[in-house]
Amino acid sequence: MTPMLTDLGIAFGRVAFVMLFVLNMGGLLTWVERKQSAVMQDRIGANRASIFGLRLFGLFHPLADALKMLTKEDFLPARADRILFTLAPFVSVLFALVAFAAIPFGDVLQVGGREVPLQAVTLNAGILYVFAMLSLGVYGVMMAGWASANNYALLGGQRAAALMISAEVAIGASIMGVAMVYGSLDMMEIIRGQGRPLFGWLTWIPAWGIVTQPLAFVLFLTAGIAATKRIPFDFPEGESEIIGYFVEYSGMKFGMFMMADFVETVVIAGLTTALFLGGWQVPYLAADGFRFPWGAALTLARPTVVALGVLAFCLKVAMACWFLMLIRWTLPRFRYDQAMRLGWLGLFPLSILNVVVTGVVLLAWRSA
Amino acid sequence: MELVTFFGVAILAVASALGLVLRRNPIHGALFLVVNLGCVAVLYLLLGAEFLALAQIIIYAGAIMVLFVFAIMVLIPGKEETGPDPLRPQRLLAVPLGAVLLLEAVLVLRSHVVGGGSSRFPGHQPGSPLAAVPPAVRPGGIESVGRLLLGDYLFAFEVTSVLLLAALVGVLTLAKRKAE
Repeated sequence: MTPMLTDLGIAFGRVAFVMLFVLNMGGLLTWVERKQSAVMQDRIGANRASIFGLRLFGLFHPLADALKMLTKEDFLPARADRILFTLAPFVSVLFALVAFAAIPFGDVLQVGGREVPLQAVTLNAGILYVFAMLSLGVYGVMMAGWASANNYALLGGQRAAALMISAEVAIGASIMGVAMVYGSLDMMEIIRGQGRPLFGWLTWIPAWGIVTQPLAFVLFLTAGIAATKRIPFDFPEGESEIIGYFVEYSGMKFGMFMMADFVETVVIAGLTTALFLGGWQVPYLAADGFRFPWGAALTLARPTVVALGVLAFCLKVAMACWFLMLIRWTLPRFRYDQAMRLGWLGLFPLSILNVVVTGVVLLAWRSA
Repeated sequence: MELVTFFGVAILAVASALGLVLRRNPIHGALFLVVNLGCVAVLYLLLGAEFLALAQIIIYAGAIMVLFVFAIMVLIPGKEETGPDPLRPQRLLAVPLGAVLLLEAVLVLRSHVVGGGSSRFPGHQPGSPLAAVPPAVRPGGIESVGRLLLGDYLFAFEVTSVLLLAALVGVLTLAKRKAE
């Protein structure tokens, strides 16, 4: 194989892994959401879709949903803005999908004499990239609300935009503390930093973001749930009683808005994992195998270590998704003004406070 | 490859700028401006200014233009432009001002092409591959931008932030007075 082909293959593999991971997780989450809410509410949940009598706990429901939405009528309201109406779901889903590209899913892998960092794109300021893509997702909902030529959709779009803006400000401000502690905006560097042990008598704990920045973790998670526009922050759509920005949408275009929400859940879970849960780090797993603090050791080959890291990342993302769903089905819905107050008067000032305290502690630490 | 990207993005940037000026629908105009800002961000990226490109997207496309679109959506409910433009006579001024701007652009371009252009950053020669430069001195990388902003240009940086704060307080005062 020529080097050019190898390079192309590696690049394709990196992107394909992230793409397939995010899309499949997003599809799977529709099933998880139904099943988990059913279990939590003491129901059975969706289990009727079957292929040759096989039901598999309703795992075929995402497939059935996709088939149904693709075969439904694609309706365009008479007074709608034709181009923007069609473009809005694509914009929504696109920026949710590309946001995951900068999140590393594994350590550096050696392939054919090359060092391949396991992330779709290597960026010096990876956090800023994810943040930029998340902030562009607002256009999708605003375009949808406006292009529908429906006042209720317009109001829903404005609620969604206001919510997403206030959530993103809090996300950005809470991430700042993490970037300060690990001294980088490169996700790979931040995850490396989380592999180091803590100080003093706490050396047996890895310095994950959740340990070094507990307040930022809570703030980020809260703002992250708000950014996905689902319960308890689902007033932009309010499926059962108020009308949302995609009220005029039908078929797969509606499905794409739902997909954007689920993909955003995966992105938030991925960010939580990368910034606060150690990313692909496995506790006590060094570059050449396990090194336990009580002296035991287990030497492993390099590819095995990297594979374990990728597996750990996938598991952590799945756990984070599960936790986000758990919160989603525990809390009642916020009213619009309550959510705005929480975002601007609660999350944002606390994030700034976190940045100030982190800065002071870091300065004292370095001069000591 | 880089040249193809450049021309593709450049054509898109000019097209979206034309769209902004020529479309009568304010929302369409605002969205064209967003596309234009995104294109400029890609151009920054082609020049190796990673941080500048991302800041451009986050601040201009992701924050300022969102507010613009939001305000247009709230204030102009209809699809069409509302009434004749009260500032129509000012449009005549656009011709001489545009000519001045064009002249300026030509002068700047000429002086740079003739002078060969020089890099502000130590350790970086124009035209050398970016990967060879360590991140701390890589122009456009977050380290060098941060060093410049909080080092050489600290005073201007702080004055700008005070100015923004003053504008914020001023707007709040004006808004409060109107409500009473």
